[in-house]
Amino acid sequence: MTALFAPYLAPHSSTEGDLIKKSIPPIWMERGNPEHPLGTDRFGRDVLSRIIWGSRISLVVSLVAIGVAGTLGTLLGLVSGYRGGLTDAFLMRLTDIGLSLPTILIAVVMVAVSEPSFRNVVLVIALLLWPRFARQIRGETLAIKEHDFVALAVVAGRSSAWIIRRHIFPNVVPTLLVISTLQVGYVILLEGTLSFLGVGVPPPNPAWGLMIADGRGFLATAWWMSLFPGLAMLLTVLAVNLLGDWLRDHLDPKLRQAAPTAGAESPLAEAAERVEEIPATGATAGGDGG
Amino acid sequence: MARYLVGRALQAVLSMLVVVSIVFVLTRLSGNPIYLLLDVNATQRDQEILTRHLGLDKPLPVQYGIYVMNIAVGDFGNSIISRRPVTEHIWERLPATVELGFVAMFLSVLIGVPLGMYSAVRRGGVLDTAARVFAVLGQSMPTFWLGLMLILFFGVVLGVLPAGGRGGVLHLILPAFTLGYFTSAAILRLTRSAMLEVLGSDYIKFARLKGLHEQVVLWKHGLRNALLPVVTFAVLLFVQFLGGAVVTETVFAWPGLGRLILESITTRDYPVVQAGVLVLSALYLTGNLCVDLLYSYLNPRIRHYSS
Repeated sequence: MTALFAPYLAPHSSTEGDLIKKSIPPIWMERGNPEHPLGTDRFGRDVLSRIIWGSRISLVVSLVAIGVAGTLGTLLGLVSGYRGGLTDAFLMRLTDIGLSLPTILIAVVMVAVSEPSFRNVVLVIALLLWPRFARQIRGETLAIKEHDFVALAVVAGRSSAWIIRRHIFPNVVPTLLVISTLQVGYVILLEGTLSFLGVGVPPPNPAWGLMIADGRGFLATAWWMSLFPGLAMLLTVLAVNLLGDWLRDHLDPKLRQAAPTAGAESPLAEAAERVEEIPATGATAGGDGG
Repeated sequence: MARYLVGRALQAVLSMLVVVSIVFVLTRLSGNPIYLLLDVNATQRDQEILTRHLGLDKPLPVQYGIYVMNIAVGDFGNSIISRRPVTEHIWERLPATVELGFVAMFLSVLIGVPLGMYSAVRRGGVLDTAARVFAVLGQSMPTFWLGLMLILFFGVVLGVLPAGGRGGVLHLILPAFTLGYFTSAAILRLTRSAMLEVLGSDYIKFARLKGLHEQVVLWKHGLRNALLPVVTFAVLLFVQFLGGAVVTETVFAWPGLGRLILESITTRDYPVVQAGVLVLSALYLTGNLCVDLLYSYLNPRIRHYSS
């Protein structure tokens, strides 16, 4: 919501500051200025406004990245599950490999080498994200394939593409929605981490991670520069995760008790799944648990 | 079982090849390395000599072959900045990363296991609720921000702990906690669910019927059986710490491998970046492989299931 109405909500410009008014503390402290409730940064830019505008970056990056990864992953998952056989074996090995890569490490290096830009950040995140979708959607497809209406359609001489589009896809939509929501928080954290390390969306864009990194040098004197963007991130991710959990419980009870998919899947993925519906970030982001 | 072993090992090798290929493509994409190596006054002739010397005049598949061969024998070339072999740089930094990862794992087990046990025993109690909040927060908190806030509180406001760098035990506390926070939450939840499962079993009821002391029942009979998934998970975490310490090491100026990679990215020292990523990925993948194998060996259900 904040992201949508950023232009109306934000009291000040996010990229232009007033150097005279730099490093003003939040409103409740001495020297606080009612015009800047959460203070200003070292260039005199309003922290609150930057947080509000920054929500757009987080949101757009995660939506686009999840859109791309979701489309690719769903497509591959559908084909893999429906065709079975060699196609399935090949695509699922590919997925296993994708899931076993140390995410953050690869992301950092990929973006850094290919020059940080909005497009590259989105592409790299999407590239690392699609296997999660493919794995789940394939499992769903396998189950749906067994229903009578699919067999009927086959008997009726419909093409595979038509069956996938008309019968299978509509049935995986709830699952897709749940996974997507559960990934939003993860992507926001990943994007924040990239920005923080200086390989995310380039400045002067008010990305939250970037704001936190900017304030790092002023922790002792101007802690608000780092504290508030992080708090915004924490609350956003928390809200999205809770929404995702709620969606999962209400929309798709199947996912809750989803049995581990058969085959050569790593046994630990099963253990990891039990503890983390949301994959690890930061510290563990190297491998995000599975 | 044998089929599973071979398949799993093959997958790890393939994953490593994918990483190697990604790194190869990236380093070739990032522009001609001879411009980085030579200074602006270099003549056309100098450039040609260097190009030939580095093998950059050969076709790409051949370059790729040479590159993979070199990696296989552990030759990563020299750093562009320091002109020293890259392997030396890696060996200098690796101990710090391993140390941090080890302490962080230890810390997360130390926090996660007892809290998880008590959450299971006093299900629905105050501590259980608090533990859940702790876990949910851990999933939503940006690691680097947690690190900074810890520095702010313990380093700046209270002034009791050092804000960064490597030194004595005190220097380890903040980074290890930052790195281990999420995982201690994960271990907590895993211990809790494993304990709940075990506590509902017949042999626990029997142990209680025998009149054993409740603490003996919990720690000896309960925890021992609940520990298998927890231990394997902890080892897995250690491996991931190795792969993911980039962020924490940056926040705390910890002189480890992750930070070396990031520093080398800023100085465009690509041989070091390349080697660092490959070493961390190799450790990560090998670790994952070992844990999977260990797990399937310890857990008979999987052994039968996949054979």
